[in-house]
Amino acid sequence: MSEPLLDVRDLRVSFRTRTGVVTAVDGISFTVGPGDVVGLVGESGSGKSVSMLSVLGLIDNPNCVIEGQALFKGRDLLTMSDDELRAVRGQEIAMIFQDPMTALTPVYTAGWHISEQIRAHEKVSKKAALARAVQLLDAVGIPNAADRVNSYPHEFSGGMRQRVVIAMALSCNPSLLIADEPTTALDVTIQAQILELLKSLQSEFGSSIVLITHDMGVVSQMSDRVMVMYGGRLAEAGPRREVMRNPLHPYTWGLMASIPPTDGTRVARLAAIPGAPISPGDPDRDHCLFSARCRFVSDACRPQPELVEHIPGHFDSCVLPFADRVELRRQAMTPLEVAP
Amino acid sequence: MWRFAGKRALAALLVLFAISVLVFLIFFATPGIDPAARIAGRNASQETLTQVRASFGFDRPIWVQYGLMMQHLFINRDLTSFVNRGSQVIPQVMQAIPVTLSLVFGAALIWVVLALIMGVAATAARGTVIDPLILVIGVIGVSLPVFWLGEVVNLVTQSRLHDTVFAWVPQLGYVPLTDGVGPWALHLLFPWLTLAVLYAGIYARVLRSEMVASMNEDYVRMARAKGIGETRVLIRHSLRTSMISIVSLFGLDFGALIGGAALLTEVVFGLQGVGKLTYDSLQNFDLPVILACVLYASFFVVLANFIVDLLYAWLDPRVRHV
Ligand SMILES: Nc1ncnc2c1ncn2[C@@H]1O[C@H](COP(=O)(O)OP(=O)(O)OP(=O)(O)O)[C@@H](O)[C@H]1O
Ligand SMILES: [Mg+2]
Repeated sequence: MSEPLLDVRDLRVSFRTRTGVVTAVDGISFTVGPGDVVGLVGESGSGKSVSMLSVLGLIDNPNCVIEGQALFKGRDLLTMSDDELRAVRGQEIAMIFQDPMTALTPVYTAGWHISEQIRAHEKVSKKAALARAVQLLDAVGIPNAADRVNSYPHEFSGGMRQRVVIAMALSCNPSLLIADEPTTALDVTIQAQILELLKSLQSEFGSSIVLITHDMGVVSQMSDRVMVMYGGRLAEAGPRREVMRNPLHPYTWGLMASIPPTDGTRVARLAAIPGAPISPGDPDRDHCLFSARCRFVSDACRPQPELVEHIPGHFDSCVLPFADRVELRRQAMTPLEVAP
Repeated sequence: MWRFAGKRALAALLVLFAISVLVFLIFFATPGIDPAARIAGRNASQETLTQVRASFGFDRPIWVQYGLMMQHLFINRDLTSFVNRGSQVIPQVMQAIPVTLSLVFGAALIWVVLALIMGVAATAARGTVIDPLILVIGVIGVSLPVFWLGEVVNLVTQSRLHDTVFAWVPQLGYVPLTDGVGPWALHLLFPWLTLAVLYAGIYARVLRSEMVASMNEDYVRMARAKGIGETRVLIRHSLRTSMISIVSLFGLDFGALIGGAALLTEVVFGLQGVGKLTYDSLQNFDLPVILACVLYASFFVVLANFIVDLLYAWLDPRVRHV
């Protein structure tokens, strides 16, 4: 296998707050290879956004402590100077955020945004940058790109705005794109279109994607590899096929049971897992964090279990006997009877 | 943008018309006062009264009265003061307006520039002691009473240190712009600074809180993710969007000051501006002067608001379509 593009090692992110230390990311390691699409799934608050933002130095909080390594093309992003990091952002690693309604500065046109991105990293004239903006808008499927380049964010619909953001993110041909829930704020049909667009652009430009989502359905549609996060740790990680067909961690089972039906009807977010996610401020962390909500909890869940590679390439952090998992999964994923 | 400006201009004209009607009704349709006596002047003879009644149509329907009054105000411009009989009102107002405009424009320029510098500096330095320090300095400026500050400034520059450090400070009073920009600005320098100190702190505070809030907005994080330098993020993204809220504040303050709220500054520094004129005319209920002051002042207030509206639309594209 070729050298990974991004190699994150034992990343830890915590915030000092008035009520104590909040551990948002608790020692995760993963790699993203060239051209890979990696899905990062987990419930709200599991540390998905914080882990990727911290890698790019985008957490603007003096009380945030980041430890570990994040090697991008062999260079550690976490120890880079501001200037070095700025050269990486946007040019080598681009990012898309969840809410396209607020991701663009409301007082500037689409063309302005894109040319600002281009001119931040390349010495080109405003005119040339704007011409490229038109091409990019066209490439992401915005009709009448030559006119729309002069439109303001409020003149686009949500889906169109996300296309503008994608055009902007791709304008410097980054080798890695981090998409933080790029479709969560959009309605279902638009969601599918945007995912389709990302996929086709990915195969065209060959950039790697880290796709953050809480939706197993999106992951199964898009990614080559899946990482499941819970409480700031990886619960399970592996190739998509493996994880989708043979999920090993009880938390993943819960997530799988929550995939919405393919007919497009929308169900409540992750309704299938009972109980509330753990609080990241809880100082007692030396145990499987999911155990409080797990049907199969036992004394073995303490101390904190290691991530084990049961099948080549497929890791999980559950202590249940490997041989029993298939049977337990069958039990877990058959719906419980609802008390009248 | 042009359509927007046209609409706004039309709205401004309507507002002016409404104000003139309202003011007219308050002064002339209120039962119990005899408007003719008020206009004819103190101790006017019976003859003059009759003449005024005829000329202003006080025995005719109210809308005719309104029309005739506007004619006397804006076309004939021959309204005379109630107190100083024979002295024409409109030239007085026309003399006072440049004084107030000069005072308020200059001060506004200074306080806006000061507020921008202070607000941006405080935002850039947030988390350090410099941030609260800047704001405290601003609050001290805001809480100094303007007449006290003005008197202290006068004491220092006109008498105590006038022979040494401040020998270059001219006497109090106003020198028109036609006498040269230098003397004009020199006469107004301390009034400008005094008035500006009153506002710069508030503006800096509002700007700083808007900017700090916008630093947590998605678009600022997005801008950072694009690999843009922090200064550019601060100025082109955060400041640019935060200016919008400053402008609406500015419209209110600027209009009020032009309309006469700069009275205290005018009095302290011996400037015969609109505020002073209105105040004097109210003191002895000089109806013609009050009327002229209110209407002329409202013209400038509406004009200021119109300009602020345009500024607003220029700053915020979302407004242009409403
Ligand atoms: N500035 C902060 N101060 C304190 N705690 C924080 C801060 N930012 C994030 N956290 C904590 O870090 C945890 C992880 O947050 P993160 O935004 O990464 O979750 P997420 O997985 O992206 O969730 P979502 O699906 O809602 O986006 C949260 O529980 C949150 O409480
Ligand atoms: Mg998130």
